[in-house]
Amino acid sequence: MNAVVRTVNLVKIYQDGAVPVPAVRGVDLQVQPGEFVAVMGPSGSGKSTLVHMLGGLDTRTSGEIWLDGKRVDTLSESAWALLRRKKIGFVFQFFNLVANMTVGDNVELPALLSGASPKVARRRRESLLAALNLTDRADAAPAQLSGGEQQRVALARALANEPALLLADEPTGNLDSRNTRDVLRLLGDVHKDGQTIVMVTHDARVASLADRVVSLFDGEIVDDGRITRRRTGTAGEVIDLR
Amino acid sequence: MRLHLLALLAKEPAHGYELKQALEQTFGSAYPSPNIGQIYVTLGRLEKDGLVRAVDVEQSNRPNKKVYYLTAKGREVLEIWVDEPTEGPRVRDEFFMKLVLAPLTGIADRMALISRQRRHYLSLMSDLNELLSRTPPADRVATLLIEGAMLHLQADLDWLERCQEDLA
Ligand SMILES: Nc1ncnc2c1ncn2[C@@H]1O[C@H](COP(=O)(O)OP(=O)(O)OP(=O)(O)O)[C@@H](O)[C@H]1O
Ligand SMILES: [Mg+2]
Repeated sequence: MNAVVRTVNLVKIYQDGAVPVPAVRGVDLQVQPGEFVAVMGPSGSGKSTLVHMLGGLDTRTSGEIWLDGKRVDTLSESAWALLRRKKIGFVFQFFNLVANMTVGDNVELPALLSGASPKVARRRRESLLAALNLTDRADAAPAQLSGGEQQRVALARALANEPALLLADEPTGNLDSRNTRDVLRLLGDVHKDGQTIVMVTHDARVASLADRVVSLFDGEIVDDGRITRRRTGTAGEVIDLR
Repeated sequence: MRLHLLALLAKEPAHGYELKQALEQTFGSAYPSPNIGQIYVTLGRLEKDGLVRAVDVEQSNRPNKKVYYLTAKGREVLEIWVDEPTEGPRVRDEFFMKLVLAPLTGIADRMALISRQRRHYLSLMSDLNELLSRTPPADRVATLLIEGAMLHLQADLDWLERCQEDLA
């Protein structure tokens, strides 16, 4: 089976400033279908840059990117746009909702753009809004929402076209613990249904849902391994109530 | 353990096994089950110190059981405990010692230690996630205990990241 994502010696050097900034320095990453990969690492280690390149939102300096067995780093911008519509859901670190559309339409649009029938798109919109506890906010404009609500809308929107690959950059950055729980449940559910996910996160609860953690440091992968499942069954290993 | 037992006995007299059950019911499945032997040893010491007293209750076909109750002195000690701010370190971190000391010996590389520890924390977190999903939300004490453990783990991970930035 083809890897959903494969990068070969991927490099990004930002050249727009006075000094070039090497943000990603030779990343080889493979993500198999259905896998949930958490990307962690300190601020500035290149996490956003990496996922932006995987979604075609930023161009690579050198190296290769393959999605679903197809080389994509050489695609034109319009070809990328088409590919994103069909295959990729993206949650940004700083949401990016369409300001002059309602919350509901923000979620429904990607499904329509990817070619779903109006009926299917509507059903998808309703189930996603319900799962994230946003049904009441469907007719609001994004600007009327709290940061946490906008973040959840962004996640619903990213999942609306049932993408082959979900790319997410800090999708729980603005959430309190109750809303994080809704997001965790939804992520757990879509992952169980086979959704492939690459997610940047500092949130240990979110990361612990993943099958695998990739740690970046200074633009390089310094660790890549599975999260072992254990069953101690108590909180006593962390909190000792003595 | 001493003061926990005094607090339970302030509510009502009880024998050792009932105290074990009361702890289990109060803290729920998230808390490691207390050891009955340890409870009896602690009760014996409390009795010797005059903080609790015991009466023998006869049981048919079984050895007598001891029912413990709180003395005035015991109540006083309990009240002092409740009134005081709680002292003592919140974390005992063996890993930090290892991280600082081990590389000096040439045995280990800091980056590798940090990576391994991160995965360990995440696997603990995954365990807690699973535990939380099995715990009914109505079980408030157990839920809060698990959430507390999660917040501590998050802090451990954030600290690990700081260590990585500055030491690795
Ligand atoms: N558009 C840009 N132009 C120049 N440098 C950039 C640009 N975007 C990012 N960088 C630099 O590239 C490096 C990696 O940035 P990136 O945003 O990928 O980090 P990150 O791991 O996502 O951090 P954070 O956790 O803070 O979001 C940083 O040094 C950053 O300053
Ligand atoms: Mg970032």
